[in-house]
Amino acid sequence: MIPTVATRLLAASPSRSVAMKRNCHKLLPLIVILAVPGLVSAQQASETSWAGLKDVHLDVIPRTEDERARVAAVTARPKDFSGPWAFEQNAGGAQTVRARDTSDAFSQPASNLTFDQELDFKVGNGMFRRIWVSAPASTIASDGLGPLYNARSCQRCHLKDGRGHPPEGPEDSAVSMFLRVSIPAPDADAETIEKYIVGTHPIAAEPTYGTQLQDFSLPGLRPEYRLGVEYTETEITLSGNQVATLRTPDYTAADLGYGPLDAQAMLSPRVAPQMIGMGLLEAIPVQDILVWSDPEDADHDGISGRPQVVWSDVHDRPMLGRFGHKAGNPTVLEQTASAFAGDIGISNPIHTAGSGECTDAQTDCTAALHGGDAEQGGYEIGQTGLDLVTFYSRTLGVPARRTVDDAQVLRGRKVFFDAGCVSCHRPTYVTHRLEGDNPASFQLIWPYTDMLLHDMGPGLADNRPEGRANGQEWRTPPLWGIGMTETVSGHSYFLHDGRARSLLEAVLWHGGEAQGVRDAVVDMPPEDRDALIRYLESL
Amino acid sequence: MLRTILTTTILATAIAGTAHAQSATEVLDTYADIAEASYADSLTGAEMLKDAVTALIAAPSANTLQAARAAWLEARVPYQQTEVFRFGNPIVDDWEGKVNAWPLDEGLIDYVEGAYAGPTDANQLAALNVIANPSFTLSGTTIDATEITPEFLESILHEADGIEANVATGYHAIEFLLWGQDLNGHGDGAGNRPWTDYAQGENCTHGNCDRRSEYLAAATDLLVSDLEWMVAQWTDGGAARATLTEDEEAGLLAMLTGMGSLSYGETAGERMRLGLMLNDPEEEHSCFADNTHNDHFYNGVGVQSVYLGSYTRTDGTTVSGPSLSDMVGKTEPALDFEMRARLAEAVLALGEIKTAAEAGFAYDEMLARGNAGGEALIMRGVDGLIAQTRSIERVVSVLGLGGIEIEGSDSLDNPSAVFQ
Repeated sequence: MIPTVATRLLAASPSRSVAMKRNCHKLLPLIVILAVPGLVSAQQASETSWAGLKDVHLDVIPRTEDERARVAAVTARPKDFSGPWAFEQNAGGAQTVRARDTSDAFSQPASNLTFDQELDFKVGNGMFRRIWVSAPASTIASDGLGPLYNARSCQRCHLKDGRGHPPEGPEDSAVSMFLRVSIPAPDADAETIEKYIVGTHPIAAEPTYGTQLQDFSLPGLRPEYRLGVEYTETEITLSGNQVATLRTPDYTAADLGYGPLDAQAMLSPRVAPQMIGMGLLEAIPVQDILVWSDPEDADHDGISGRPQVVWSDVHDRPMLGRFGHKAGNPTVLEQTASAFAGDIGISNPIHTAGSGECTDAQTDCTAALHGGDAEQGGYEIGQTGLDLVTFYSRTLGVPARRTVDDAQVLRGRKVFFDAGCVSCHRPTYVTHRLEGDNPASFQLIWPYTDMLLHDMGPGLADNRPEGRANGQEWRTPPLWGIGMTETVSGHSYFLHDGRARSLLEAVLWHGGEAQGVRDAVVDMPPEDRDALIRYLESL
Repeated sequence: MLRTILTTTILATAIAGTAHAQSATEVLDTYADIAEASYADSLTGAEMLKDAVTALIAAPSANTLQAARAAWLEARVPYQQTEVFRFGNPIVDDWEGKVNAWPLDEGLIDYVEGAYAGPTDANQLAALNVIANPSFTLSGTTIDATEITPEFLESILHEADGIEANVATGYHAIEFLLWGQDLNGHGDGAGNRPWTDYAQGENCTHGNCDRRSEYLAAATDLLVSDLEWMVAQWTDGGAARATLTEDEEAGLLAMLTGMGSLSYGETAGERMRLGLMLNDPEEEHSCFADNTHNDHFYNGVGVQSVYLGSYTRTDGTTVSGPSLSDMVGKTEPALDFEMRARLAEAVLALGEIKTAAEAGFAYDEMLARGNAGGEALIMRGVDGLIAQTRSIERVVSVLGLGGIEIEGSDSLDNPSAVFQ
């Protein structure tokens, strides 16, 4: 099932055995990130100025002093590693759901929903799995597909609400994966970029293809491309005479439908992320995230951690970026709205173009019939539908951990802490106390992420900046639920492009700031390494 | 705040005293007895369906096809009443997708017509038509479908590629094989598959009648075996009964969670309101047979039966015993009266949909945009289900089951206990 490459090459070798087709764009190696001196100095000068960021997307009830003290106590690094910690198995706090051993494990409504909220969840789920059709159609509430799209419904990429995967071979489509694209904008500066946020890398949409490549299109239109991927395998020697094999991907944008890509095009492969616990991540107080930010590595631990800050179209102000592989979206609502527009081609109150993600250069695409209707406020999905899908996306429950009291799991937990994984994969937070019956209110949660950007080294780099993230930086992904990936998705592919075929491979891909921790895992006694993986499997 | 979370959860022992401790056990026993009886009736219905399918395959004709359809409709009556056992009972929850999953991409199974999504669909299997293709590619691997067996449907085809719409088993797959696509949109009529789709030799229409028969037989066999398994879970010593009765408060909460979740989110929300929002004739639970009015009605009856502790079996006998109604009525007679009234009103409102549908106004016609009468009928059903859920919430509260928090009591001795 796993694509193999005939020749095994060492990682250092740049040669590839992949034949280049005419019209194919070679993605690796990519262009060096362009740095505009004026912007960089501005970024350095203002790195500490994010204290004013606010969680305006939530109706927050400010913490009392007493609550602050209790939150500090419960989220402090534990001292006793001898047994399970209180509530450790309830990864999603009161939202935690029973860990089913079926592929439905990520598809459950959070446990603390009221019956009303459960209705919104169910109707949102109906919209999430809704197959969109081309306009015009008699079912006006679900027309407006494309004209260019990656999938016809949310669920077609977010399979079982779990992780997507790269194509399994030449016969398999890239159903749950796509390429983002952009070009450098060397002439841009703070004055010419509207709503410029300090530290943002100056890039622009690819002139013909926009910011995302779509591999499907309505009849009569050409799709933009076909994703090609080939892997080169490299052996890594581990302590105890063990050997692991990593596969290095090489992507091609084949069969380009609208002419060659810009010569400077930068492409970033992305698989669909898992969907659980997002409303909880959205409710972590921004200042509790920023407190771990250390852009200049002032504490000299080798770990920086920089906040992504993006412009919120909904709130019309800079906000902490939280969602997406480079944290390009500040809220679940905005993530959902951009996915509707970019992935399915569905206009909505936030992304209003009926032509979805097609550019002015794609004239047949912009000229195609739109599905906007008065019943949906003139859009292809109206505010009500968008809110329902957003609610659904916020309230998918995180499964309870398994085997928290297993001796090997406990040993692995100690390794996880001692090796330094927790420097970025921070275990605990307490969410904001929120008005009303918001199910994310004031929960002790265990997502294992600091929600910050880190340089992960050249091996994992897409060399395509996004917002304040440079071409080597990625947002630390949450680890809750990763041990259930095989159960939910039938595979164990990890990282932003699914290149890692196991949790161990995912660890071994860590470079950059995590190089030291990764090396420690390579060198540690095999029993410790096994325990570490066993611990991750219990998350 | 109404669900059981983890088996290891420490439940707040908020239930009022020990006065009704004994009756809680009895109420749970009644509930389990009703579950056992209604799954047994569902099994009987499935076995009769199997007999009718066997007759259809042995001697295809308009009559044998009609008899099989009638058997399917009858089999749905007890089954829909069992849906109230979902949500609260993990064993039922983990299992039910095998027998009642919907909606489905029917092109996975057999030929389709009309403006059906072609192979450009991101679900490449939506146009697979396994009946016509004894070999196909799944995620780059060649699958041998030469023999369509229950194991093949269950293990390989069902939810193939992780896509939920790839429903290969259960009532709705069988429904499609008996009725075919409903190509009438919001107009009159259900699916109208010709009996000759099962004719052998030259009379066979749409090809592959032997494989279509094989699929139908395998899907029906699988339904029977799945229901046999579920009946066993509710007999004395069965796992579902044992789980339910091992903790009284959790058991009572499971009963009420099932009632509320089926009423509100599942039926009123996903199956009714969504269809009205989308005005899509396919957005109905039994879209091939146009039997959705019965699906909703018997859901409502099932909820009522659990509260009243009385189930009328398909042979006319009743299974009854101490009930939630008795328990609530002891201390809060007004609330019990209210709960019974709301349940009766919801069943009546769902009954109006059923009455109209049986008089020729099918559910998919009610869903048409701008059909005021249809929308009003469906909304009365939705409102009835929502109103009864409000009362269910009050029952949860009165029985002291609402205070369940997975983080235990709010003790300042344990700083972690304050969250929530």
